[in-house]
Amino acid sequence: MRDPLIAICEDPLERRWVWISLLLAFVMGGILGLYALTNNMHPPSNVETIDSSRLHLTEEFAEDNLGVKDNGDGTLTVTMVAARYGFFPPVIEVPVDTQVKFRIASADVLHGVHVPYTNAASMIVPGYVSEFTTTFPKTGKFSFLCNEYCGLGHDSMWSRLNVVEKIAGGTN
Amino acid sequence: MKDNAAGLSLASMWVGFIAFLAAVLMGLYQVVQRIDLIPEIMIPEVYFASVSTHGVLMGFVLTTFLVMGYGYYTATTSLKRELWGKSLGWIGFWLALAGVLIAAVPLLTGNASVLYTFYPPLRANPAFYIGAAMLVVGSWFWCLVMVMSMHVWKKENPGETVPLAMYGTVANAIMWFITSLGVTLEVLFQLIPWSLGISDTVDVGLARTLFSWTLHAIVYFWLFPAYIAFYTLMPKQAGGRLASDHMARLAFIMLLVFSVPIGFHHLYMDPFQAAGWKFLHMTGTFMVAVPTLITGFTVIASMEIAGRLRGGKGLFGWLKTLPWDNPMVLATGLAMLLLTVGGFGGVVNASYSMNAMVHNTQWVTGHFHLIFGGTTVMMYFAIAYYLWPKMTGKELFSVSLARKQLWLWFIGMIVLTLPWHQIGITGQPRRISSTPYDPELTQMWGTSEFLMIVGGVILFISALMLVINLLRTHGNPIPESVLEVEYAQPVHSTARMPHLMNSFTFWFWLVVVYMIASYGYPILQFFLFDQSFGTVPWSI
Repeated sequence: MRDPLIAICEDPLERRWVWISLLLAFVMGGILGLYALTNNMHPPSNVETIDSSRLHLTEEFAEDNLGVKDNGDGTLTVTMVAARYGFFPPVIEVPVDTQVKFRIASADVLHGVHVPYTNAASMIVPGYVSEFTTTFPKTGKFSFLCNEYCGLGHDSMWSRLNVVEKIAGGTN
Repeated sequence: MKDNAAGLSLASMWVGFIAFLAAVLMGLYQVVQRIDLIPEIMIPEVYFASVSTHGVLMGFVLTTFLVMGYGYYTATTSLKRELWGKSLGWIGFWLALAGVLIAAVPLLTGNASVLYTFYPPLRANPAFYIGAAMLVVGSWFWCLVMVMSMHVWKKENPGETVPLAMYGTVANAIMWFITSLGVTLEVLFQLIPWSLGISDTVDVGLARTLFSWTLHAIVYFWLFPAYIAFYTLMPKQAGGRLASDHMARLAFIMLLVFSVPIGFHHLYMDPFQAAGWKFLHMTGTFMVAVPTLITGFTVIASMEIAGRLRGGKGLFGWLKTLPWDNPMVLATGLAMLLLTVGGFGGVVNASYSMNAMVHNTQWVTGHFHLIFGGTTVMMYFAIAYYLWPKMTGKELFSVSLARKQLWLWFIGMIVLTLPWHQIGITGQPRRISSTPYDPELTQMWGTSEFLMIVGGVILFISALMLVINLLRTHGNPIPESVLEVEYAQPVHSTARMPHLMNSFTFWFWLVVVYMIASYGYPILQFFLFDQSFGTVPWSI
């Protein structure tokens, strides 16, 4: 087959390089696509709206309902509120090797969360619910850091995530 | 002698470099503050005002004014005609400068500490948004002058090939106009009415989506001058020829087409866009790496041609014979090295799933300082060193000072950004003024943060050397011997150029279609939600 690039590029070595570049782009995109499809590995993208100024009036994000809940199928849901300058509840404890779904809403401005050394991360945007699912493979004391500028007290917005051994016979 | 619009170019570039010097000084303060060693200076109000101003000065002021100045001079010198609409250029310049000064007041008084990415629902003083909008509108005058310059030249020279330097500049002008619409829509229809109290709430999801429209391609707006200098100035300075004019055009066209509709890689972690759209934008993000890979090949091949013409032999012998004492050649070499390292980090950031590990960590700030501070700004220096003598008619004050400045900048950037990546990969969030975290985390950051201060000092010294050299060139009694800008000749003739590579109409409409496909529904959805909730303004 005649190389379609021949019209614009006379040097065969350079044409080969263009094809290699294109191949690289497709291979990188392809590998990530494969991971996304086979491991269901997607960034937090649930597109769900909520009235951030009235979180306390919703059932899910009312103060009494926050925290870790057992879904009954071996997985957990953690419901949290992010507000200047803290995460509520401030200490979360989850078992190791267990699928945990986080659902977090902001009560005021833009926040973010990242647990260093894990892929637990999301932006927390007022008006929307953030949801992401992960599994923590190691026990230990982790930090739950606000990773988006939310005002002058932003530096001090962090809390605790403890990943503990599984208790035999239950998840919690 | 024909009017090269040197006054307009010099005025623009000086505004850029003055902003740059101020911003580097702020950068130095920021690395010192963040290490938590000096409690007296740990004032978040000052830090966030500084980091907001640093971002605006580097990302909006240095870049926009430098791109405009370089563009005007490229138009007159490559097309060899007087500038079309020079008075429009001056209007744009004054409008943009007025915008900068208006925005500077709230920025410097701590009333716009919302960072250069705006971050609603944090509310800045309305003057900040108005000033930013004036800067963008001022730059549109430049876009118009560039597009019309090429149009008029083509009418005067039917059937001829537009010079490569101008072709790249116009590609950038069109790309910038399209991409700056996103932030302009956000500022005009959301932030200004909301900050003035005309509207009560703002949809943060829509605001962030519109900003993402601008946020990626803006970095290519900054980078374009560097690529134009790589292709059209460096080969001649190295004593050789451009390996391929056609490939350079292909790279410019790909940057125009692929850099705008891919902004969602800044929103991977945001909850208000669905995964499919993010994936679509990721594929485009990998495509935009292709013109950079092409550029790497063509530029290094051009260097090899020069090195061999100068008698270099063997696989790498040509590297030794290149004139590394020439600032343009030296800057290209150093910029390419930094681009390679920075590009690797960029692939990690662009990856749909891996991004979760680095999103909003210092890894990202390290990455863009490497590409922007390292590659882009390094080439701004080289452009200035090359053009100042042409524009002022006076020889550069000191070539040796220029060489030392470039080396210092290169070393400073490495000392600053490699530790920056390390603290990021070990979890330090970006956009913080101190680290009151768990000691288990912070103990891993101390050495790196100290090194970053060393990098900041080196960079500040280098920035001072640049400004002194340019300033003293104006007073240099020795006249410049070659006043013409010497554009590199390509190896192969460009007499017969395919129509698509000598015009932009088709590519412009292709970008429009691609934009509608990738941003149409994601923006429309905000008006289709059953229920959606805006957010009231919050003070910082």
